[in-house]
Amino acid sequence: MTGIEFKARLRLGDFTLDAAFTGEGRVTALFGPSGSGKSTILRMIAGLLKPDEGRIVLAGRVVFDSALGVDLAPRLRRVGLVFQDGLLFPHMSVRQNLLYGSWARRAKRSAAFDATVGILDLGGLLDRAPRHLSGGERQRVAIGRALLSEPAVLLMDEPVAAIDQERRAEILPYLETLTREYPIPLLYVSHALDEVDRLAQQIVLLREGQVVSNE
Amino acid sequence: MNPSDISPEEWQAIWLTLKVAIVAVLGSLPVAVAVAWLLSYRNFPGKIFVEALISLPLVLPPVVTGYALLILLGRQGYIGHFLDKDLGIVLAFRWTGAAVAAAVMGFPFMVRGIRLSFDAIERDLEGAASSLGAPGWLVFLSVTLPLAVPGLLSGAVLAFGRSLGEFGATITFVSSIPGETRTISSTIYALLQTPDGDAAVLRLCAISVVLSLASLILSELLIRSGRRRLAR
Repeated sequence: MTGIEFKARLRLGDFTLDAAFTGEGRVTALFGPSGSGKSTILRMIAGLLKPDEGRIVLAGRVVFDSALGVDLAPRLRRVGLVFQDGLLFPHMSVRQNLLYGSWARRAKRSAAFDATVGILDLGGLLDRAPRHLSGGERQRVAIGRALLSEPAVLLMDEPVAAIDQERRAEILPYLETLTREYPIPLLYVSHALDEVDRLAQQIVLLREGQVVSNE
Repeated sequence: MNPSDISPEEWQAIWLTLKVAIVAVLGSLPVAVAVAWLLSYRNFPGKIFVEALISLPLVLPPVVTGYALLILLGRQGYIGHFLDKDLGIVLAFRWTGAAVAAAVMGFPFMVRGIRLSFDAIERDLEGAASSLGAPGWLVFLSVTLPLAVPGLLSGAVLAFGRSLGEFGATITFVSSIPGETRTISSTIYALLQTPDGDAAVLRLCAISVVLSLASLILSELLIRSGRRRLAR
């Protein structure tokens, strides 16, 4: 299994991101203070932000290469994105959120649905509206939604940062189970060392748009 | 006031006014959605000019807008000439022309309402949808548009209300022909020119107030229920 190969340059006003790393293990953490470019990298991998130049390979597939003129649309990158505050579709139920990926790609309802609902403990929430969920529940749904789109890689942007400390302890075990059960490379953005320590095999340290260390 | 006091001519004016307003709103809604989407999601040269142009009917004397419509869409007009000759469509002095005038006057309200809704949508929500595999058109239909429904409805209701009260542009473009283009406003105006019109004027004024109030309240209710439904 090849993971994530990333190399890109991008100027955004005063900020320049110029970073390269390879995520070999199952869980790679992007770690660094806010403003160091972690989220920018995630958005570039997902195709929501275009680098000035660079090359991005996900699970052996080139999704962006400025030299070759490759720039796949986000929907073709097979990236499962989990944002900081979940970003569930507010006008859909939990079930509709979870099934959005297979619906959008007109795929059959994934056989993984029941298993994913089980692992993330979403059974009792399926008919609720996102606004009636707690922060932790919302994140679990967001993770389930990303997983059920059958992604080649999972990208999580500070998935527990918006949740208070106590609840955070409730969701981290789910993440651990998930990394065991799903053989998908996970890129995990965080600025909390305890999470990173607990989950990741590899830590890419960022500062001011540059990779400081990668181990 | 007793409804049986309302004369057949007045009923005719009321129904015509409603018909004109409904056609104006339904006809311009798709255009307003497209324009609001462009203004909210795209940057292009001359954008500020387009924005000003759309708002122009808000500040221009309505008689000027009506005259502009006559020059453009009248039978001898720059566009109306072709509509008449090639498509057999005549707008001047027809109720359809009144609907066009009402649509133009209500357009700024509609675009504003829809655009505010588009502007308020978190762009990452659409990013999430495309990441999950949805093509652009599906992202628009399944995420963008449903989330903009409150603004869309309130913009449409405001434009509807504006259409009910349209007078200046309408009477300039399509005149005041009983049964064809004589709306509530132009009926009131015509009655004011006759010696015994006072009672009828009062009745129609009361009806105007009721219709306008109802559309404003409906617009506000739609905004509120939309906010509740979409609150995260």
